[in-house]
Amino acid sequence: MSDAIIPHPAPPTHPIFGKLSIDAIPLHEPILVATFIGVAIGGIAVLALLTRYRLWGYLWKEWFTTVDHKRIGIMYMILGLIMFLRGFADAIMMRLQQVMAFGGSEGYLNAHHYDQVFTAHGVIMIFFVAMPFITGLMNYIVPLQIGARDVSFPFLNNFSFWMTSAGAALTMISLFVGEYAQTGWLAYPPLSGIAYSPNVGVDYYIWGLQIAGVGTTLSGINLIVTILKLRAPGMGLMKMPVFTWTSLCSNILIVASFPILTATLALLSLDRYAGTNFFTNDLGGSPMMYVNLIWIWGHPEVYILILPLFGVFSEVTSTFAGKRLFGYTSMVYATVCITILSYIVWLHHFFTMGSGASVNSFFGITTMVISIPTGAKLFNWLFTMYRGRIRYELPMMWTIAFMLTFVIGGMTGVLLAVPPADFVLHNSLFLIAHFHNVIIGGVLFGLFAAINYWWPKAFGFKLDVFWGKISFWCWVVGFWVAFTPLYILGLMGVTRRMRVFDDPSLQIWFAIAGVGALIIAAGIGAMLVQFAVSIWRRKELREESGDPWDGRTLEWATSSPPPDYNFAFTPVIHDLDAWYDMKKRGHQRPVGGYRDIHMPSNTGAGIILSGICLVLGFALVWHIWWLVAASFVAVVAGAIVHTFNYKRDFDIPAATVAAVEDARSRQLAAGA
Amino acid sequence: MSAKTLTADEAVQFYDLDEHAHPEGHSTMLGFWIYLMSDCLIFAILFACYAVLGGSYAAGPAPKDLFDLKLIALNTAMLLFSSITYGFAVLQMQQGKVKGVQIWLAITGLFGLAFLGIELYEFHHLIEIGATPQRSAFLSAFFTLVGTHGLHVTFGIIWLVTLMVQLSKHGLIAANKRRVMCLSMFWHFLDVVWIGVFTFVYLMGVLR
Repeated sequence: MSDAIIPHPAPPTHPIFGKLSIDAIPLHEPILVATFIGVAIGGIAVLALLTRYRLWGYLWKEWFTTVDHKRIGIMYMILGLIMFLRGFADAIMMRLQQVMAFGGSEGYLNAHHYDQVFTAHGVIMIFFVAMPFITGLMNYIVPLQIGARDVSFPFLNNFSFWMTSAGAALTMISLFVGEYAQTGWLAYPPLSGIAYSPNVGVDYYIWGLQIAGVGTTLSGINLIVTILKLRAPGMGLMKMPVFTWTSLCSNILIVASFPILTATLALLSLDRYAGTNFFTNDLGGSPMMYVNLIWIWGHPEVYILILPLFGVFSEVTSTFAGKRLFGYTSMVYATVCITILSYIVWLHHFFTMGSGASVNSFFGITTMVISIPTGAKLFNWLFTMYRGRIRYELPMMWTIAFMLTFVIGGMTGVLLAVPPADFVLHNSLFLIAHFHNVIIGGVLFGLFAAINYWWPKAFGFKLDVFWGKISFWCWVVGFWVAFTPLYILGLMGVTRRMRVFDDPSLQIWFAIAGVGALIIAAGIGAMLVQFAVSIWRRKELREESGDPWDGRTLEWATSSPPPDYNFAFTPVIHDLDAWYDMKKRGHQRPVGGYRDIHMPSNTGAGIILSGICLVLGFALVWHIWWLVAASFVAVVAGAIVHTFNYKRDFDIPAATVAAVEDARSRQLAAGA
Repeated sequence: MSAKTLTADEAVQFYDLDEHAHPEGHSTMLGFWIYLMSDCLIFAILFACYAVLGGSYAAGPAPKDLFDLKLIALNTAMLLFSSITYGFAVLQMQQGKVKGVQIWLAITGLFGLAFLGIELYEFHHLIEIGATPQRSAFLSAFFTLVGTHGLHVTFGIIWLVTLMVQLSKHGLIAANKRRVMCLSMFWHFLDVVWIGVFTFVYLMGVLR
């Protein structure tokens, strides 16, 4: 009986290897073995190529140890993209399983594997796809938009990135060594407690998120201080570009919510490692306490993800309508309102807890109220477009797809905010369809708009339009084909996370959803082709002016890609659309009188400390106590050694600045 | 060379031609404040857990049976004194006396160690009489809240020792002064949290 619940009984703890043994390698899972062989061959090929072309030194010096916010931003985006492919593979596996598992068929995934797949899908998509994407975007764009040369704490920025990567790496290791959590993406106790999840899956979940969480919190602090302290002269708070405003609010939410996640997961790990009784069923513990705490983090988290993209849509709409953003002030206030309201809605995730009519009404009403500032934003975008000369470039297409898709997702959200309705739809596929509707339609579409919009800034050439449009249509059509059936199934009462089904009449809907997932896969493929084709044709797509879209904000004032120091002279701001104002009033680029520019130096401390944290996490997962002690001491000692380094910056000589700027002048003259 | 504008509006400057470097570490204080607030949230969660679970004794011991207010009063005094002595260290720093800073930091560290010693003694005693963190949700929440504070003090002392070495190596340079101020904020922050612990956990626990 107990074997049915616990497929792999916990192995005894070895003094050197802890719980780790050869049985931890999932050789009995053919899918994982094949994946491992694929990953190993691919990995060896990449390593061989890097060695063959002697790129290790270049990567280490120019990328891994960099403190340049632009390069760190790009590395975040690459991390997000890699993890996105993993998360999407999980999605395809779930769709396939649910299409197959009818009429007595068990499908092709056993319960142990399937439960890990849906957990990993959620965790990876939120923490290691959406978070790196938005952090990367903010990292790259915010300092440029405010006319700064870097972030306030450049070393911390590098460290944050590597901590996020270490968390992602630990999560990926679980695929081939041991197992991942089988609890769903928020690991509710008592299921995630030691009594019901005695193996290492939940520990991988905890430590992966704890390590990445350090990075996220520090990068949040960093960007808040950057925005408050490093704005160019003249840029008062109400002259900040909207993307910077939404980034500021998003980072405030990060700092005000990620510590809650850290504390909550720490308590869960105490329950698992030390036998405390916070969230157990015994001795006074309260599992619902965990559910409350995790959603006090979790609901602000969804606004952390969407707010920066609201900023992106504002920038894109204003640029491609060729007009100043309609209702800038109301946009800022709406953002701030959402930031505050996001803290008083968490209980709508578990109306069924039974907290009574009054409490449920309160949270139902606050949830509905939050749709008001969001609605105000939508009208602002529509009024910006009204009577504008709209250019339907790719970023604008994604923005319009967002408006149409997100509105539906928002409305189903308001529907779920009604407690009686929620009692029917709680944990159903309707909910799954709702949040994919807002996360794909909002966060992902926004990211695609942003990537198409700012790619020329980052790399100096535009993205291919043909493949971009194929990707666009596959994504938008695929999304609706994949998730409309889930709305319908949810209304019929089908719950989430099911592995097999008895009712054959449901199969057709899962088949349609599966086709939708395949169309989305085509969209992802087309996007990868778009990147490849654009890099291949980069000479034809070259963009010399630094301002390919007739932009309005400061990032378009410098070259593409921007020099290390971003701006040779600090811009002075007179108007909300600072760059548009400069163009309109015929400003001239200063072409002489350069001075030395003070910049932070690269450092390997971030990647080394994060690497040790990865070892620490692995040792904690497997109860390898000597390694826990050793790596913990190493992290503390390493951090202390780093504080003894007082020389953390250098000057770019004026001559070098002059050379770079003269090259830019020739480029501009050739383009004109 | 100045930026020429083509419009009649000659006064409008679009670039700051007099490069000004931001003074080193000019935003560290703000950053550290925000970090402290994030840390404060961790404590807020632990306090919330204690508030919710603090009455769940699971037929085990309650605060009245466990807490020795005289011992805790002594412990509180240690930490409060350490805050005062840290203040003296900062005063010495403002007068540029590195020796004085070192002495007061050392005294602060000793008070901190005394605090930790008493706390460990208390924990040891509780565990010995069977009031372990595993015994009930109340004790889980108690040990975690007080222990997390103690862990912070421990790291504060490690930082303090590191800082004393750095002061002896480089003296009162700007970077070190900034670090003294950051640790000062950290140390006083822990004091404030302890006031909360003392009131909320110990005093009210014994009253309940």
